[in-house]
Amino acid sequence: MIEDQRRAPIYEALNEYKRNRIVSFDVPGHKQGRGNKRLTDFLGQACLDVDVNSMKPLDNLCHPTGVIKEAEELAAEAFGAAHAFFMVNGTSSAVQAMIMSVCKRGDKIIMPRNVHRSAINALIITGAIPVYVNPGMSKEIGISLGMKIADLEAAIKKHPDAKAILVNNPTYYGICSNLKRIVALGHQSGMKVLVDEAHGTHLYFGEDLPVNAMAAGADMAAVSTHKTGGSLTQSSLLLLGKAMNADYVRQVINLTQTTSGSYLLMSSVDIARSELAIHGKEIFKKVVEMADYARQEINKIQGLYAFSRELCNGDDLYDFDITKLSIHTRQMGLAGIEVYDILRDDFDIQIEFGDIGNILAIISVGDRPFEIERLIAALAEISRTASKDPSGLYDHEYIDPEVVYSPQAAFYANKKAVAIEETEGMVCAEFVMCYPPGIPILAPGEKITKDILEYIDFAKEKGCVLTGTEDMDLNYLNIVEVE
Amino acid sequence: MELWYSEKHTDDVKLSIRVDEHLYSKQSEFQRIDVLKTYEFGKILTLDGVVMLTEKDEFIYHEMIAHVPMAVNPQIKKILVIGAGDGGTVNQLIRYPSIEKIDVVEIDRLVVEVCKQYFSIAKSFNDHRVTIFYEDGLKFVRTVHNEYDLIIVDSTDPFGPGEGLFTKEFYGNCYKALKDNGILINQHESPYYSEDALAMMRAHRKIASTFELAKVYQAHIPSYPSGHWLFGFASKGMDPETDVSSWNKLNLKTKYYNTELHSGCFKLPTYVLDMLEKH
Repeated sequence: MIEDQRRAPIYEALNEYKRNRIVSFDVPGHKQGRGNKRLTDFLGQACLDVDVNSMKPLDNLCHPTGVIKEAEELAAEAFGAAHAFFMVNGTSSAVQAMIMSVCKRGDKIIMPRNVHRSAINALIITGAIPVYVNPGMSKEIGISLGMKIADLEAAIKKHPDAKAILVNNPTYYGICSNLKRIVALGHQSGMKVLVDEAHGTHLYFGEDLPVNAMAAGADMAAVSTHKTGGSLTQSSLLLLGKAMNADYVRQVINLTQTTSGSYLLMSSVDIARSELAIHGKEIFKKVVEMADYARQEINKIQGLYAFSRELCNGDDLYDFDITKLSIHTRQMGLAGIEVYDILRDDFDIQIEFGDIGNILAIISVGDRPFEIERLIAALAEISRTASKDPSGLYDHEYIDPEVVYSPQAAFYANKKAVAIEETEGMVCAEFVMCYPPGIPILAPGEKITKDILEYIDFAKEKGCVLTGTEDMDLNYLNIVEVE
Repeated sequence: MELWYSEKHTDDVKLSIRVDEHLYSKQSEFQRIDVLKTYEFGKILTLDGVVMLTEKDEFIYHEMIAHVPMAVNPQIKKILVIGAGDGGTVNQLIRYPSIEKIDVVEIDRLVVEVCKQYFSIAKSFNDHRVTIFYEDGLKFVRTVHNEYDLIIVDSTDPFGPGEGLFTKEFYGNCYKALKDNGILINQHESPYYSEDALAMMRAHRKIASTFELAKVYQAHIPSYPSGHWLFGFASKGMDPETDVSSWNKLNLKTKYYNTELHSGCFKLPTYVLDMLEKH
């Protein structure tokens, strides 16, 4: 198997294409970059050489029969899936394809509320109805966890007609649910189990990491190879288990996917998959070592808590992805977003995100111990010079939503813009979220409560970037007009 | 046969030195280390192809990095030197009997071994007051509180293993590691070529935002890019532009430094002042 995994069919075909010095009278019009010298100087000739259109020797992403098919088969083998699709419009498109493959209009889907916006977007497109399971909340670190098994069982019992269960695993912070149990529960009740595994590429290759979706028996998984796997931004994989009809899923993907799939993106997935299959084990061993070292040093700093598996409780915090460096900042008297801003503005260190109580630093194949030292030293400096009294900080993150209309019904309803401070009690017709992480505070169809408005105020004051609303300054909120 | 070593000072400027013999070459865990015997500069040490020191002109850099702070505060007893695997800075410091302890943090053990073999200044490491720690400088200072009277940052350029020593977190950690009368000396790069100048301005801005006092002084070093070199002097209050004439009582023989030059070296060209004020 490893011998095969050294191959990268799309990469090989592109090299062959270059060697043959084909004269192109097809798109793209830049013609190997000759038509746009400034772009070529900026991105490099090698990059423009392989920015090509689909053609017989290079196959076609919408209908793969050649090298793309081979590359997808190798990816499926590497990830332990029955089938794999290369995705070129981000893991968002993979999440949407999962939901659209199993839900039609009016179908129910069980999911925790702290899903990524791409999942709720899919509900707007399909008209599926969300059945939210309240994710557990950690008092200690102020973040939402996974679904409790008892809560999921209750939801299944109450909605036996639901078509699927969607799990985000691991979460952005690295929290993992009891995936095998969730899969078993879903399958017992005839529901498909879909996993948003955007932050979990490494689970397929590292050792001593939480179980991955395919190994747990899930039906589909959306895997962001670009996040921790080393492929280019926007490239991704959709993995299928045995029970799925791959040809139908391809039709669903093709409803919204470009017909001009980028070979830069596809070759990056192809090469990243090969590298991961061959070197993944050692790469993620190093990543875990760096993350463990960072946690150990950060936990010596006053006011910071870099959490890990010690918080596991066998239920809604079933396992923790130890490659993630998630740090609770509240005891330092600073919101995560404040630490995030100080790191960037004063220390030239860009981390993945900061929210109300935590920051997340992504450690990956590209990091060296030297950068880890910088991050630790900078956090020590922030603790020394910027710590405040923690008592004034907001201490919870998850607000249980009251769903009044389906996301689709609310999004397409008659709406009007109302000054945000006057919206209490009304039904929201759009998303409000901090980005990153992109988990909605309000989704279309949810009731606007005092708690939520306070939370939005606090997030705004601390400097979170609030997105999703038509009014980009969020002075007004679109609400569903009641007839 | 003619053998020339060239160092790129910018993409468009090179300094070339005729080489008699290539004495040593090895890739360490961190960088490529070379020792060359040259006609004009004697033996020279290069790291990743960049001149670190030459036997001929090392006295300028090392006298200026060591004697300026020692003249400002003759009470200095405990010193931390970061980088400095060649021993040149320590070689100046051990001349002060009043100094009790010199800790050296060098990330690359091989640099020290090679310098001990090829450069007489590295014999200074044998002084009983010197302890060498082979680790990352940033990591070392992070765990130290209120410990040193003087920290000398004798680093390589900020593009390589020395990068972490040009950061705000490093200077902040140094501040914490210094006592109330503490002084930080930083090799500041050159103000002349734009990339070096940018590094200099960034380093100065970060130091100035961390320390109560931050000044800059200069020296002329023929083997370094543009020959015009700057050092940062930062402290929790102690001003270097003061009467340092009592230093002369120590009767240390120097080739570059003297107390007249001390007061002059803080007087900078207008274009350099403009760069520092803007940042």
